[in-house]
Amino acid sequence: MTYIAKPKLHHPALAPNALGFLRRDYEGSVSTLCAGCGHDSISSAIIQAAYELDLPPHRVAKLSGIGCSSKTPDYFLGNSHGFNTVHGRMPSVLTGANLANRELIYLGVSGDGDSASIGLGQFAHAIRRGVNMTYIVENNGVYGLTKGQFSATSDRGSKSKRGVVNHDSAIDMVSLALQLGATFVGRSFSGDKAQLVPLIKAAIRHPGPAFIDTLSPCVQFNNHAGSTKSYDYVREHNEAVNRLDVIADRKPIEVDYEPGTTISVTQHDGSVLSLHKLSEHYDPTDRIAALSYLAERQAAGEIVTGLLYVNPEPGDLHGALGTTDRPLNSLSDAELVPGQSALDQINAGLR
Amino acid sequence: MTTPLAAINDFVVKFANVNGSGSASANSMFAKAVLRMGVPVAVRNIFPSNIQGLPTWYEVRITEANHLGRRGGVDLMVAMNPQTWDKDVAEIEPGGYLFYDSTKPMPASRFRTDITVVGVPLTAICNAAYTAARERQLFKNIIYVGAVASLLGIEIDVIETLLAEQFEGRDRLIKANVAALHMGRDWVADNMGPLGLQVRRADAVGDRIFIEGNQAAGLGAVYGGATVCAWYPITPSTSLAEAFTSYCQDLRVDPESGKANFAIVQAEDEIASIGVVIGAGWNGARAFTCTSGPGISLMTEFIGLSYFAEIPAVIFDVQRGGPSTGMPTRTQQADLIGAAYASHGDTKHPMLLPMDPGECFTFGALAFDLADRLQTTVFVMLDLDMGMNEWLTEPFSWDDTRRMDRGKVMTHEELESGRDFGRYLDVDGDGIPYRTYPGVHPTKGGYFTRGTSRNPYARYSEEGSVYVDNVQRLLRKFETAKSLIPAPELRLASAPTRDGVIYYGSTGPALHEALGLFESQGRRLDALRVRGFPFSSEVDDFLASHDRIFVIEQNRDAQLRTLLMAENGGDPYRLIPILHYDGTPITARFIVASISSLMDATQPPGSRPLREAAE
Repeated sequence: MTYIAKPKLHHPALAPNALGFLRRDYEGSVSTLCAGCGHDSISSAIIQAAYELDLPPHRVAKLSGIGCSSKTPDYFLGNSHGFNTVHGRMPSVLTGANLANRELIYLGVSGDGDSASIGLGQFAHAIRRGVNMTYIVENNGVYGLTKGQFSATSDRGSKSKRGVVNHDSAIDMVSLALQLGATFVGRSFSGDKAQLVPLIKAAIRHPGPAFIDTLSPCVQFNNHAGSTKSYDYVREHNEAVNRLDVIADRKPIEVDYEPGTTISVTQHDGSVLSLHKLSEHYDPTDRIAALSYLAERQAAGEIVTGLLYVNPEPGDLHGALGTTDRPLNSLSDAELVPGQSALDQINAGLR
Repeated sequence: MTTPLAAINDFVVKFANVNGSGSASANSMFAKAVLRMGVPVAVRNIFPSNIQGLPTWYEVRITEANHLGRRGGVDLMVAMNPQTWDKDVAEIEPGGYLFYDSTKPMPASRFRTDITVVGVPLTAICNAAYTAARERQLFKNIIYVGAVASLLGIEIDVIETLLAEQFEGRDRLIKANVAALHMGRDWVADNMGPLGLQVRRADAVGDRIFIEGNQAAGLGAVYGGATVCAWYPITPSTSLAEAFTSYCQDLRVDPESGKANFAIVQAEDEIASIGVVIGAGWNGARAFTCTSGPGISLMTEFIGLSYFAEIPAVIFDVQRGGPSTGMPTRTQQADLIGAAYASHGDTKHPMLLPMDPGECFTFGALAFDLADRLQTTVFVMLDLDMGMNEWLTEPFSWDDTRRMDRGKVMTHEELESGRDFGRYLDVDGDGIPYRTYPGVHPTKGGYFTRGTSRNPYARYSEEGSVYVDNVQRLLRKFETAKSLIPAPELRLASAPTRDGVIYYGSTGPALHEALGLFESQGRRLDALRVRGFPFSSEVDDFLASHDRIFVIEQNRDAQLRTLLMAENGGDPYRLIPILHYDGTPITARFIVASISSLMDATQPPGSRPLREAAE
C-alpha cells in the first residue's frame, strides 16, 4: 500500500543509467501482493526495463483496471502518474489518455480476469484501433483477489485448488492479439526475467500496439498439481522460440551466436531487435505463420514464448486520425477556438 | 358547413409522408421559403425508428408572432401517405384544409364535411412528365411543394433561389427541380384559387439563424476547446458527434501541416466512449461524449469514477422517450434524475439545461470550462425536440477576448518552486483541489489516481474520518458549483403574484407563449426558467416567495420537482407537477389547459396535487 514508504538507501555500488537515474528511481511503493506472486517479478522486470532504456521516469503513464495485477502499477515507476481505472475498462481510458498526449509512454497493466472476461471487448478494440501502448497481461488463470475462481484463460480440463475441473474453453490472448492486428506480440513467463525484460524493452520501443501475455503463477490459488498456470507446469511446457536482445540506436550489434541463427529487426525508432533463434524455422515477422505455429504447438500441449510477432513499421491511432504532432492537451486558445469571424460565416450559412 | 379557416402568417401545415421517399429535403425547403419571406417558422420532424417505409410527419408552424413551441392541431394537412390517411384526416382542425393526390378517386366517406379538400393529381402530373421510378418519386415531392406554396401565397422565386443554393454548380439539377416546382404551381394556378391560409412577406425573422440543437452543441464543443470526442451512435444524439466532426474538419485542421487539432473515435460502445473521455480528461485534454438515456445507463460506473477521482468530462445527453428502448425517436426530459445522481454511492453531478440551439452552443462551450474548473462530469441536457429539429435562434456570437478556464492545474514551475501538492487537498476552501497533468515533473506532482478512498495526498486510506473529510469536501465543491452554473431566468407577471411556474429546456417556447395567454386571461404567474443544476440561491428565493408553483416538465415522474424538493427543500404541497410525456413536444395549449383547470378548481391548501396526464 502506498502509505508504506520504501527506504531511500541504496547500495553505493549501484550505477546510474545514462540519464543519471538509479534503478531505485524507477521503483514504487512496497508491494502488498502475496510472497512469491509472479506479478511482483513482472513489476521488477518493468523497473529493470525502464532503467535500462534510460526512460525519464515521469514520462510514462501507467494504467490498469481492477484486480491483483491492476494493483501493481503502484509498485513500480513511483514518479509516473498512474491510473487504477474501472474493471475491464483500462483500454478505453488508456486510449483517451494517449489521444490527449501522444508524447508520453503508455503502459497498460491488466490481468486475465480484467482483460479476458469483463474487458475482452475493450482489449480487442484498443488493439484493433492501433493504440500505441505496451499492454501487459499478468496471466495466472485465476481470480486471486476474490479467492480462486477460474478465469477465462484457464485451460479446459485444468483443476482448481479445490479440485474442480474447468469445463470452459480457454481464451488465448496471444492468438487474439495477432488476429486483431497487434503489431508486436510476445509471450513470457514471470519466472524468466532474462526473457521478459528484453521483451518489455522492445515493446516499449515499439511505436504501435504491443501486447505481452505474461504467465504469472498465483502462489495462493493456482500453483498446485492439475493447474496449467503453475510454476512447475509452465517450466515443463515452456517452448521459447527465440532469445531477444534490444539494442538501442547507434550501438554496434554484438553477434554472440552462430551465423544464421540470428534475425535482426530494426524498429521505426532505430532500435534494433536482435533475435537468437531457438526454433529453427520460426520467423517473427510472419503473422500468418505465427498464428499457425502457435495453434500447432498449443495442440501439442506446449506454451510458446518469446517475441512471437513484430511488424517493424506499424501504424498507430494518431497516424490513422492524422492528429497533430503536438500533444492535444497543449494546444492553445488560438489553435482551438475559431473566434467570431468564423461564426459570422457559419451564421450566414444558416439563414 | 364550418367556415373555412382564414389566417395570415399564423397557421400549422403538416406533411404526412413515408420515410425514405426523399420528402424531408422538399419539406425543409418549404419551411425555409417561409423564413426567407421574413415569417418565423417552428418545425418538427416526427419520425419512426426506421430507415424506409414507415410513416413520418413534418410539422410547420407559421408564426409571425414568434411562437416557436409546437402549437398542436393542424390547419392544412398535406396527406401524402395512404397508410396514415384516416388519422391524418382526423387531425385537421374544423374548417381546416386537406391537400391530397387526387389521381386515384377517393370515396366521399374517406373525407370530412367540415374541412376543405384540395385535390391535385400529383401522380398523373408526374407520370406524364417522368418515366424513371426514382424521378417520379423525388420530383413528386417538389411538385407538391410548388402546388402548396402556390395555394398559400408563398413566392415561388424564393424557392427557386433555395433550389439554386442547394444544387449550386449543378445547373441541370436546378433546371429540373425548378421545372417540377412550376408544374405544381401551374396546375394550381390553372385549376383553383388561393386558400384562406396565406403567407405574407413580413420582417419578423431578423438576423436569426435556423439550426438544430445538436449541430449547435457540436459547434459549442469546438468553441469550448474540446479536442477529444468518443461516441457511439444512438438516436437522437448521433448528429451532435457528426456536427462536431464536420466543424472540426472545417475549423480545426492546421493549415500548414494539414494535421488535425482534434481526435474523434467512434468507440465500440458507450462504456468505451466515456472511458476514452475520462482518460483524455485525466491527461489534460478537453473531451466529451454524446449519447441518450440508454448510454447514460451504461456509463454510470465511469461517471462515479469521474466524480470520486475528480476527472473532468462532458456528456451531452440528448434525451428521448424512456425507459429502456422506450420511444427512441420521440422527445422527453426524462433523464434528469438519472444524470443528476448517476452511479453508485453518494454522487451528484452538475447539469446544464439549454432551452434552444442558441443555448446549446453557449452551454456546449461553457460545459468544458465548468468541467475543468470543477474537475468532474458536467452534463448538457438536450432533448430530441431541440436536438434534432431546426429552431430559429439568435445568431451565434463569441467574445474573442475569452480564454479557456483550465481550472486549478499546478505547473512544472509551481512544483519546482516547492509548492505543496496534495491532489485532494482543499487549499482554497472551495472544495476544489489542484491537479497535475501526467508527465509534468520528474520527481514532484506524480500521484496514483483511483476510485478508492484516499487521503488529501492521494494515498490509499480506508480510515472513516479520512473518507468523511473527502466526501464532505466533494459537497463543498458542489456548493461552489452553484455560483458557476448559469443563473435561472426570471419573468415576472405584469402584477405581483404568489403563483409561479418553474420550467426548463425545450419547454421554454411553449411556456412563453402560454404566459402571454395567461396574461390575456388575467392570470398572473411569475416564471422561473432553471438553466442548470445544482440550483442557485435565486431558485431558493423563488420557492420562498410563491405559495403555489407549477413545475412543468416533459416526463412522467416530475423529475425536476423531485430535485427541487431533495436539494432545495421545496415543499411538495406547493410544487404542483404539470407533466407532458407522450413523446410529442409540449404545447402552450396543453400548459394553459392544465394550469387553468387547476387554478379554477378550488383546491384547499395542503391537499395532494393531482398528476396531470399528457394530452
